Order: sequence, then C-alpha cells, then structure tokens
Amino acid sequence: MNNSVAKEKIVSLRKKRSLEDMRFKYYGFTAMCLSLAVLVFLLYTIFSKGYTAFQKTIVLLEVDYNQEVLKLTPDSSDEEMEKGKFFRVKKQAIENFFPDLSKSDIKLIKKLFSINLDNEIKDYFLENPEVINTKQQIWVTAHSDVDQLLKGNSRRDVPEDRRKLNDIQLSYVDQLVEENRVKQVFNNFFFTKADSRHPEIAGVAGSFMGSLFTLFTVFILSFPIAIGASVYLEEFAPKNRITELIEVNISNLAAVPSIVFGLLGLGVLLNVFGLPRSTPLVGGSVLALMTLPTIIIACRASLKAVPPSIKEGALAVGATKTQAVFHHVVPLALPGTLTGTIIGLAQALGETAPLIMIGMIAFIPNIPTGLTEPSAALPVQIYLWVESAERGFQEKSAAAIMVILIFLFMMNAIAVFLRNRFERKW
Amino acid sequence: MFFWSLVLIAVGIFSSFIYGRSRIKLNSKKQGTKSKSLPNYYAQYVLMWCLFPALIVYFSWAIFQEQIIQNIVISNFEFIEGAAYNEGLLLAEIRNVANNPSFADGKSVEIINAASQYSSLRQISQIAFYLSIIIIMLLGALYASRKLKPEFHAQHTIERYIQYILIFCSSVAIFTTIGIVFSLIFESLRFFAEVSIFEFLFSTEWYPFIPIREGQTAAEGSFGAVPIFAGTFLVMVVAMCVAAPLGLLTAIYLAEYASQRVRKIVKPLLEILAGIPTIVYGFFAFVSVAPFVKAFGQSIGIDASPTSALAAGMVMGVMIIPFISSLSDDVINSVPQSLREGSFGIGANKAETIKKVILPAALPGIVGAFLLAISRAIGETMIVVVAAGTAPNLTGNPFENVTTVTVQIVVALIGDQEFDNPRTLSAFALGLVLFVITLFLNIIALQIVKRYRERYE
Repeated sequence: MNNSVAKEKIVSLRKKRSLEDMRFKYYGFTAMCLSLAVLVFLLYTIFSKGYTAFQKTIVLLEVDYNQEVLKLTPDSSDEEMEKGKFFRVKKQAIENFFPDLSKSDIKLIKKLFSINLDNEIKDYFLENPEVINTKQQIWVTAHSDVDQLLKGNSRRDVPEDRRKLNDIQLSYVDQLVEENRVKQVFNNFFFTKADSRHPEIAGVAGSFMGSLFTLFTVFILSFPIAIGASVYLEEFAPKNRITELIEVNISNLAAVPSIVFGLLGLGVLLNVFGLPRSTPLVGGSVLALMTLPTIIIACRASLKAVPPSIKEGALAVGATKTQAVFHHVVPLALPGTLTGTIIGLAQALGETAPLIMIGMIAFIPNIPTGLTEPSAALPVQIYLWVESAERGFQEKSAAAIMVILIFLFMMNAIAVFLRNRFERKW
Repeated sequence: MFFWSLVLIAVGIFSSFIYGRSRIKLNSKKQGTKSKSLPNYYAQYVLMWCLFPALIVYFSWAIFQEQIIQNIVISNFEFIEGAAYNEGLLLAEIRNVANNPSFADGKSVEIINAASQYSSLRQISQIAFYLSIIIIMLLGALYASRKLKPEFHAQHTIERYIQYILIFCSSVAIFTTIGIVFSLIFESLRFFAEVSIFEFLFSTEWYPFIPIREGQTAAEGSFGAVPIFAGTFLVMVVAMCVAAPLGLLTAIYLAEYASQRVRKIVKPLLEILAGIPTIVYGFFAFVSVAPFVKAFGQSIGIDASPTSALAAGMVMGVMIIPFISSLSDDVINSVPQSLREGSFGIGANKAETIKKVILPAALPGIVGAFLLAISRAIGETMIVVVAAGTAPNLTGNPFENVTTVTVQIVVALIGDQEFDNPRTLSAFALGLVLFVITLFLNIIALQIVKRYRERYE
C-alpha cells in the first residue's frame, strides 16, 4: 500500500521533472529562434523598404530643339553647344506637355520633373547634335514625389494639404499613366551620382568612393602597424612591465566606445595637427586606431598558431632570431593575419560615429577623387538619409544599407576564402 | 602630387638598394676581404637611410603644407576696412577661384590676387617638396654609404633598426590611449573652467544653450548632466532586459542541447547579427520598431513619443544578443565536464544540471560577459541617435523620449564647432565620463573573467 503511493509519487515527480527539463530546453530553443527571427525580420524590412530604390520613374517628354530657341546653328562648335539656351527649350517643352495649359498648370507640371531636367535635355542634344530643328520624344527623370506615388510609397488617400502632390497634379500623373507616358526603369543615378538634396538624383557613388578611400587608409595604416606590434609582442618582447602595460592597453582599447575615438580624431588630428576636415585621410586614421586592437589580436592568434618547431629549426641552422621570425614564422602566419585584417576592415566599414565626429557628415554633392578631399562615407550617408524628412530618401537609405551589407558580405567571404585556402593545419 | 611623390620615393629606395649592393661588393673586392654580412644587408641599410627621412618629409608636407599656405595667403590678404570676413568662407572662395579660373568672374580684386598668390605658392611648395625629398634621400644615401665597408656589421645594425620599428608599432596602442586621455582631459578642463564640475555631475537641468548676445540672460545655458546619465541608464536597462535572457538562453541551448549541426548553422548566423553595422540597427529601430512601440503604447493607453527609450533599447538589446551569447557560450563550455558528469551521476536531468551546477559554476564568467555587454550598450551611438531622441527628460517611463551621453556628444559636435563655448566642450566632458565608465566596467569584467578562467585551468 505504502509502497505503491511512494511509487506513484516518484513517477509523478519524475514526470514533472522531465517536463521541466523539456520546458527549459524549449525556452532555450525559443530564445535562439527569436534572435534569428529578428535577423530575418531585419533583413526583410531592409529589402522590402529598399528594393524600389533601384528603379526610377521616367516620363516621356517631347522636346523641340529649335535652332532659334537654342540660339545655335547646325554648325555650332562644341563650346557653343555647351552654352545653348536649353532652359528655353525646356520651358517650351513643359508648356506643350499637355494641350491648352494655363499658367498655374504649367507651374504645377514643372514640379513633376526632376531638378536635373535641364541637364538631361542638354545631354541628349550633345550626344545627338543632328537632332537640331527636330522634335524629339525623350525619356526624362520624374520628380521624386511622382516616383514615390507610382511606387506606392506615398499614399494618395490622405487630405490634399498633407500630400506632396495636389489633386490637379495627381490627375496629370493619372493621365500620363493612362497614355503610357511614364515607366519605371533601372535607376542608374543611384550608382553613378553622389548625394543630393533631391532624392531622385541622389546616389551612393560619392559615399561609396569615400568609404573605399577610407578603407584604403585604414589598411595602409593598420596592417603594417598591427603586424609589427604583434610580431614584437609575440616573438621579441621581454616579459616585463612595459610589455604587460602594452598588452593591457590593447585589450582595453578594444572596448573603448567608437565615439571616443571620434573625439580623439577631433581633438588631436583636426585641432592639434590641423589635418583637413571631412576627409578620408582623417576618417581612415581614426578608424585605423580603432580597429588596431582587433587586428593585433587576430594577428597574434595566427602567429601563435605557427608551431615553434619551425622557428627552432631555423635557429638550429644558424639563422638569427630576426631571420627566423621574418623568413619563416611571418610568411606562414600571413594568411591568418590577412583574414584578421579584413575582418577589422569590415568593422571599420560599418562604423559611423567617429566619422560624424571628424566632420564626414558634411553635405558633399560630388564624388571624391583623393584622400585629402572632403567626402562622405556609406554609413554616414545612410544616417543622413534616415534623418532626412523627405519621403524619397527612406528607400534610398534602405538601398544604401543593402549596398553596405553586400560589401560586408563580400569582405567576409574573401576572409573565409583566404582562411580555407591558405590556412594550414599543423 | 602625392601619387607621383610615392613613385619618386619608390624609385629612390630601389636605386639606393641597388647602389648599396654594388657598392659593398666593389669595396670588399677593393680591400680583398669578405664583408661581415651578406651584401643585401648593406643594401637594406642604405635603403632604410633613404626611406625613413623621405617618409618624414612626405608626411610633414602632407600635414602642414595646406595650413602654411593658407596662413600666408590670409596674412597677405588686403582686408577692406569695415567689411566683415569669415576666414573659412574666404579661404574656400580663394581656393575655388584658384582651382577653376572660370569662377573668377565677378569676384573682387583682392580675392583674385589672393587666388593667384595661392596657386603660385602651391606650385612653389610642390617644387620644394620634390626637391627636398630628392635631397633628403641623397643625404641619407650619402650618410649610409660612408659605412659601407666590409668590416661593418650591417646585419646587426639592421636587426637593431627592425627592433626599433617593431617597438614603435607596439607603442602605437599606448600613444592612442595617451592621445585619448589627454584630448579628453584637456578639453574637459576648459569646459569645467566655465561650468562647475558639481553642476555638471549633480544638477538636473540640461539646457546646452549659449547666450547669443553679450549679457543676454534669457538663454543662459545650464549643464546638469543627470538627465543624460538617467536616459543612458534607462536605455541600457531596457537593452539588457532584452539581451540578457535571450542571449543567455541561446548560449545555454547552443552549449548544452543543440546538436553539432545546429551549432554549425546558428553560430555563423549569430555572427552575422553581430557584424551588422549599428546604423543599420538604427534604421531598423526608426522604421520598424519605433512605430510599433508607438502603436503599442497607444493601444494600452500610454502616449508614446515617436522616438522612445523602449524602441532604442529593444533594438540595442538585439544588437548585443550575439555578444552575450558568444561570450556565455565560451564560459559555459569551459565549465569542466566532470561537474556535469557528477551531477548526472546522482540522477539530475539536464535542466537541473544546468540550473543547479553549471550556471552557478559559470556565474562569474557570465557576470563578466554582462558587464562587457553593458559597457557596449552605454557606448553605442547610432541606434540611440536615430531612435532615442534628444530631449533631456528625467524619467523612468520607457515610452518617453530620452537622451543619452553619446547622443549629446553627437548633437554638440554636429554643425558649427566653435571651440570657445561650453556647448561644444561639453561633448568632451561627456566623452570623458563615458570613457572612464566603460574603462572601469571593462577592467572589472576582464578581471572577473580572468579569475574565473584560472579557477578551472
């Protein structure tokens, strides 16, 4: 009797305990899935907000390249053509965009086109000078407001005063759609132009080049210094207080917030040394100092992985210590150090705050061509676009994030490739 | 210019190498003795004496050239009496005119003169630059070539030089720390000369405005940083509430329950989460999480602002999940297997083993991981800049707008930076606080983890 009660108790307790075990396991499983679900949701958000930025809306416009309006003749030189009165041609084209337009309508229609309209009309002419005195149907970029409306990013059912386009403009856009005079094409501007105040002609080319120049600076500075430092600490450094101080220093620097490195750049590089503001040179130097601990730690790990027998073999046949290290240990550790450097560069690529501190947040509408020219950087460009009130910039920021993520992915793929291709197991 | 000068230096060091090699061979032949080291070491010796002086010239030119030219141009500029000048704008204008002569139309005579002076100075500077690089390299080679005798131990000298270079490389980390500490302290002292340190640390009013006119009383700024510290703390607490349970449970699952295959898939995915730039999280917080939080707040009757501590904190929590999970994973894995086996041996199941044996054993390491995560959360910038707002509210309500130390640093330094007012300098004082706190947390955490490691090794 007693026995069976006790048995029942034990059985029920065991059931409870194994249930508890199951539950605990599922807590862990759920936590893991939740973390991964956030990752998926994050990527989904970026993709769904950003993919539209790779397309732009263009409008068919009839342009009359009349020689009297242009103040050109068929045999004008190239220089004269540059100075042709294209704004007058544009004005005429807009006035004749729809039949019988009133003055106020023309003003409204003008806002359906991008700010770049003059240039597009001019460029078409410069490429095809033979079109003088003919009427041409050319596709020109639409204004961002039209673009956003047709992509469905801005809604048309809100009251008129909260919309960018008023009712008359909407009806014109609808008419264009009906007459097949608008279409969506690949947005080449996004990849060929720098930042702009106007979303329809803003692109990532400028900030991409800025990021490349910055990364180049980071690489040039941090790779040799990191190799030197890790070779010294791993192979030569005597065990004393100074060495210990350096090691503590490096591990603590790795945990200093990036914004503090920005303050360092501002306080020392800009204010004391007077280096030019907003340039990849300064940005790269700051990021190099910031990523140095990461790279040093990776380099030391790969130096450590080279078996001591290699160095000892070299020493045994009469090499000096320097020869043994530089002729035998370092070449074997090189793939590992390169991998570590690329991972450090990937970290530097995404870093925003230090670049803001040293002024790479300035509005730079042209593509930089050198290390000492003011330029933007991809992550800062994203920040500027996220903060921008203009609707059209939101999709741009998501698309720029896609660009930076692909860039990061490629860097990591190279690192993994290097590791798998060259890493030796001893 | 800088590209061609690099080419020049490359040609210089290449020829110095060749020169050193052939010269030592010649010398030893002349004396009929073998040189003490291989010819290449003599060549390297000459090379170093060419390269390093040239690099010093190169970098000093790169750093100081523009500064010096600008100072000369400005000091020679014929200022018109009574007209107001902004030096930066003026310089930009002069540079523009100098770079494209087509901009000269309609500019004043003074500017055109200054521009022509600017471009001629630049030309002089370039010529001087190339000349001085060539001269310094020749001088270096000359100095080195006097030592190119067979009895000279070139290899020893070279190895000593290499040691110096390596020591210099490793001390860069120390220079960086010194640079950080000095720049923060120096500018902070200027800040505390105008604002008392007690007001900064204990007062609750943060209005970083500065009087625009002399004697204007209405806009007297006040710099009490308590609301900022409170906001930072609030965001950090929200982040840890998200990251601590999720990160720790993930780590436990991966370390104790998951199969090898699951680990192999999940760990790289978590690394992706860790590798995503913080501005991307900021975008995510701004576009997806903040509107959700606002809607959620309204549905339960709380008036949530579009940017809130909750939105920023939650996303920041997601950001540090991989950080906590990978650190905790390491810690849990380093708990000796014998402890687990002992626990299983007396009949405990997995959950009981984890809760009663492994976690208590791993506790110091986990605490260390949490401390490191907290220091990450405090120093994180872009998420809070985009999603937490800038209003210094002293509040415990996570649905409200709060501001953090990092946000205020960014706000103070965006736009015009005049280093003579407390508003700009406050960034450095805040940076100093941030640096001290994160350093402190980091040292404690590293100590704890180190002790913990020692216990089980």
